[in-house]
Amino acid sequence: MPTQKTIAATGNTVVAEAMRQCAPDMMAAYPITPQTTIVEEFAGFVAKGRVHTEYITVESEHSAMSACVGASAAGARVMTATSSQGLALMWEELHIASGMRLPIVMANANRALSAPINIHCDHSDIMGARDTGWITLFAETAQEAYDNTIMAIRIAEHPDVLLPTMSCLDGFITTHSIDRVCIMDDESVAGFVGEYTPQNALLDIENPVTHGSFAGLGGPFFEFKKSQRMAIERSRAVINEVGAEFSELSGRPFGMVETWGMEDADVAVVVIGSTAGNVRHVARRMRESGIKAGVVKIRCFRPFPYAELAEALSGVKAVAVMDRAESFGAEGGPLFLEVRSALYDAAERVPVINYIYGLGGSDVRLELIETVLNDLSEIAVGAQAPTGLVYLGSR
Amino acid sequence: MANLKELTHREDRLEGGHRLCAGCGASIAVRQVLLGAGVEPVVVGCATGCLEVSTTIYPYSSWKTPFIHNAFENSAATVSGVEAAFKGLKAAGKIPADKKVKFVAFGGDGGTYDIGLQSLSGAMERGHDMVYVCYDNGAYMNTGIQRSSATPKGAWATTSQVGAAQQGKQQRRKDLTQIMAAHNIPYVAQASISHWKDLTAKAEKAFAVEGPAFLNIFAPCPRGWRIPFDTTVEIAKSAVQTGYWPLYEVEDGVWRQTVKVMNRKPVVEFLKPQGRFKHLFAPGNEALLEEIQTDVDVQWDRLQARFSCS
Repeated sequence: MPTQKTIAATGNTVVAEAMRQCAPDMMAAYPITPQTTIVEEFAGFVAKGRVHTEYITVESEHSAMSACVGASAAGARVMTATSSQGLALMWEELHIASGMRLPIVMANANRALSAPINIHCDHSDIMGARDTGWITLFAETAQEAYDNTIMAIRIAEHPDVLLPTMSCLDGFITTHSIDRVCIMDDESVAGFVGEYTPQNALLDIENPVTHGSFAGLGGPFFEFKKSQRMAIERSRAVINEVGAEFSELSGRPFGMVETWGMEDADVAVVVIGSTAGNVRHVARRMRESGIKAGVVKIRCFRPFPYAELAEALSGVKAVAVMDRAESFGAEGGPLFLEVRSALYDAAERVPVINYIYGLGGSDVRLELIETVLNDLSEIAVGAQAPTGLVYLGSR
Repeated sequence: MANLKELTHREDRLEGGHRLCAGCGASIAVRQVLLGAGVEPVVVGCATGCLEVSTTIYPYSSWKTPFIHNAFENSAATVSGVEAAFKGLKAAGKIPADKKVKFVAFGGDGGTYDIGLQSLSGAMERGHDMVYVCYDNGAYMNTGIQRSSATPKGAWATTSQVGAAQQGKQQRRKDLTQIMAAHNIPYVAQASISHWKDLTAKAEKAFAVEGPAFLNIFAPCPRGWRIPFDTTVEIAKSAVQTGYWPLYEVEDGVWRQTVKVMNRKPVVEFLKPQGRFKHLFAPGNEALLEEIQTDVDVQWDRLQARFSCS
């Protein structure tokens, strides 16, 4: 068993620590709030000689991901971190990284996208990247951000997968709050992630390969995309295997879907990220007043755990889906669309209400979450469900 | 510097059979540059463009050396990542410390002067041990001859057309070589596919220096310039002899003209054979022709002053 020590640290500090322990050969760094302290902390490891990593301070996030693509194709273990506008600037490269099947690992500090400019938490950045072919893990706490970052390496580099993977944590709420985190010893992390054995590395000079070929009309483009879909489908088993192995090592649970109180719940809230803790807290209180509330937290958004979610929600009478991002012109937020789709084949059709909350870091007070659960408990016994989405806490 | 006999014995890393047009200047530039790399292994990166699409049609490849294409604007950043990986893998002990590999990124003028300028500037400033080569054919040829910031003033292109209101491109071209010299990197040079000895010597120097080097290579495009495909080298030579494309290098801050031009010829000798300048020779455009000549003269004199200072 690993030696673990408990420290008080921010999410960004422990993500940087996880990255150091995973020993990347190359890291591309570019500052953006609220991600910056990850690459700053890592720069400290570089300056102190604690890592062998070639740390390059690029001139934009586009170049950060471009250099990661080059370095990963070269055969290196590669990591970077970004947020918001930076992730948006990388958009083109996100598709190329997954299309070229490069196991790059990136942390994303979830932050609102402009305009208007806002540096605080929501999920519009990462939800905008949900179809880029990256495996996407979400953290509720600094602990989960640390754990997810280590697991991300194993998942991405697995020969059945070879897909880039993102470890997402909520901007400021998780990136900058000091939390209690269990850190494993370096040897245990090194043993868990193992050495990376690249396939078709550019730097395997004796066996020259061409990366980034042209597959135009009549070429195998369609088949390449199909193979990408097959890889992310295969990743489901790998994510669960790696999660189980990590759980055994760390003593901390992992599931693509994590539930609280769902054994006998009448009503349930589906949520992603740091708000899950508040929702659990409110659900616990509501149970004292007789409302059987449950919480379903999504820890892996891509691939989306449809079966696990449907299973978790079977038997409830009303569901609230909390979205921290918009999908303008769609029927609801990105998570809502996924949840409703997951429930389509359920034997019984239950009301699913979409709440949009916390955009641009706007406060998600406990009373607001109480209104969600109160609404649900009334809908569960026959009250009319609201039509369309509900804005939670907007003026 | 290797002589012609030695160069002919070096392996071609860009194999024949690719799909570039007959008379394409880009493939000549690439072959000459890679001959200059000597016998050491080279990893090649390439921006989206004619060179890339014509040499890597899946499942085929014309590259007998490791090759990567990423996107349009980022061949410099991509190759900087490959070079950084090489250093990181050495530091990890996964690649022997004495292993030598060269890194080169290619891009056309669209991918370099325009959309890739930031990526190039960043990679050069960071000091990666790599060579960046721009093959300058003065327009976005892969998408069908649209003007770039390398397109000469007065040239016809599909986005700088000729009509009653406008005579081709309205703006002067950007001087990228001098912009790169201002990065104070170890080696910057301007070369032409018409002067193979000068070009391969510059490529040898670029690969030999420790740190970043930049080559701007004049590489005519018969299709875009509206010239016969067997005149590529001739027209490139004319660009040098008229002073439109001076051949020089900036080595550790010292500017040196590498090919002297005696009796510099009027720029019309370069312009006249090209269909893209045909309208300039119609009655009424005499002033425009004069202006182009004046621009060449001014630039030439300024450059001569640089050479005499250093």
